[in-house]
Amino acid sequence: MTEQVAILADVAPESPIVLARRRRRTYEAVRAVVLGAGFPLFLILMWHIAVIYTGTRLVPSPRQVAVMMWDFAFGGVYDDAFSGTILTHIWKSMQRVYGGFLLAAAIGIPLGLLIGRIKVLRDLLEPTISVLRPIPVTAWLPLSMIFFGLGPNAAIFLVFLGAFYPILLNTTFGVRSVDVRLFEAAAMLGCSGSAMFRQVVLPAALPSIFNGLRVAHGFAWILIVVGEMTGVPTGLGSVIMDGRTLSRTDLVVTGMIVIGALGFLTDRIIVALSNRLLAWSPQHHG
Amino acid sequence: MAENVRQTRLAITGVTKRFAVGDEEIEALARVDLTIQEGEFVCLIGASGCGKSTLLRIVAGFEEPTTGEVQVNGVPITGPGRDRGMVFQDYALFPWMTVQQNIGFGPRQRSFARSEIDEISSEFMRLVGLDKFADRYPSQLSGGMKQRVAIARVLANNASILLMDEPFGALDALTREQLQHELLQIWARTRVTIIFITHSVEEAVLMADRVLVMSAGPGRIANDVAIDLPRPRDVASPEFNVVRRDLARRLTSHIAPARTAVLTGA
Repeated sequence: MTEQVAILADVAPESPIVLARRRRRTYEAVRAVVLGAGFPLFLILMWHIAVIYTGTRLVPSPRQVAVMMWDFAFGGVYDDAFSGTILTHIWKSMQRVYGGFLLAAAIGIPLGLLIGRIKVLRDLLEPTISVLRPIPVTAWLPLSMIFFGLGPNAAIFLVFLGAFYPILLNTTFGVRSVDVRLFEAAAMLGCSGSAMFRQVVLPAALPSIFNGLRVAHGFAWILIVVGEMTGVPTGLGSVIMDGRTLSRTDLVVTGMIVIGALGFLTDRIIVALSNRLLAWSPQHHG
Repeated sequence: MAENVRQTRLAITGVTKRFAVGDEEIEALARVDLTIQEGEFVCLIGASGCGKSTLLRIVAGFEEPTTGEVQVNGVPITGPGRDRGMVFQDYALFPWMTVQQNIGFGPRQRSFARSEIDEISSEFMRLVGLDKFADRYPSQLSGGMKQRVAIARVLANNASILLMDEPFGALDALTREQLQHELLQIWARTRVTIIFITHSVEEAVLMADRVLVMSAGPGRIANDVAIDLPRPRDVASPEFNVVRRDLARRLTSHIAPARTAVLTGA
């Protein structure tokens, strides 16, 4: 066991050491942004060159996609059914993504805590879960359309299924890997029953729960496209589907980019939230 | 220090412990009978695997004895309880709670008002000298500070018995010495009953009123030695070394004939 040394020294905020340290941090932050944003720009350039060089008409050029994106967002270029409709589609898709995702979290986290703590429940449910889990969510598509009909509910159900297992498994794993001494310590301090779950089991498993939420959140955005290909009129998945039937690849790529950007931005929100809630954990900074 | 009017704090009667390992049964503890008085500082010492941790965990209520009974203040125990506070070697602090929240955890379970919880936790942070670190998380503390939090956490919960399982075993020599000193001060101030497991003969002679030497296979209490050296004790004094040598001899001899012996440093 190593002893960690607490940093107690008060260094004046304007001392040269502090300034140098700050400069170094700024430099590293700028470099991260330049590298992180530079690589996609390089890919776009390659894409542009490849389209020009091959003279293909099947794949749109970056410029065409940019124009489409502008029209999708603000209208005024093509003035068709898709012009200026981006917010409607985003709004519809987000409702379905977060409907399914939050439902999965609302069921998966409590169930995972219980399965992790109570052996009888683990023996009862784990084999079933292990059999159901490897079934691809897309295989549920026909059944979900029978259960929920054509429409948003089938999509929500698919998102739920995809998000549920990572949340459940990570929560269970998180509880199982907590040092049993913490439960013993809590018990001897007079904590039991539901207070134990709220005050000890849940926070102790939180780092692992957040890992599950991040993975599940990614799946949710992947599955929304599948879900919306089942014949709903709005949503980013249906836009991509329409683009396919209309042979408008610029629309398809635009839909792809919007989904990627939204997935990225919302993932950053989850990371920020987890960094805030897990400030106590030295291992957990995403 | 040896008043006979003191109450019996802890009574262990006929406690044995057997574990099943596969199809085999291992006898971890042969019959243990033991009474500990209110305010006593008792050290348990013995080789690894002699069952001293098992005995402590039975007293804590984390494990059930195979036979026998443990009584605290005349009442049989049924499980972990706030009257007995365990201080673990690896601290077992709640890593998501600050120093103050860790110390206030026990009072919080008793649904005290927020202001009361803050008051109690502040009082015990001062007792262990950590009031400046109220908002630190355990990962930001040194080992010695963590163990101070662990001690304050059980004291804040009004535990009448402190169960300490090699609490200073993971600390460096200097920090250990300091914490030994602080624990003795806390003990003198609160008169809490302490059962303290250690590997170190010197630590046992320095701290305890009474040292229980345990022997292994199956675990039992081989010697019950009263340490009557005056406090504060000086580890460099000849009297101290006489007692220490005697205890070390008892610890290493596998056949320990005497069940009770009283040693004086005079």
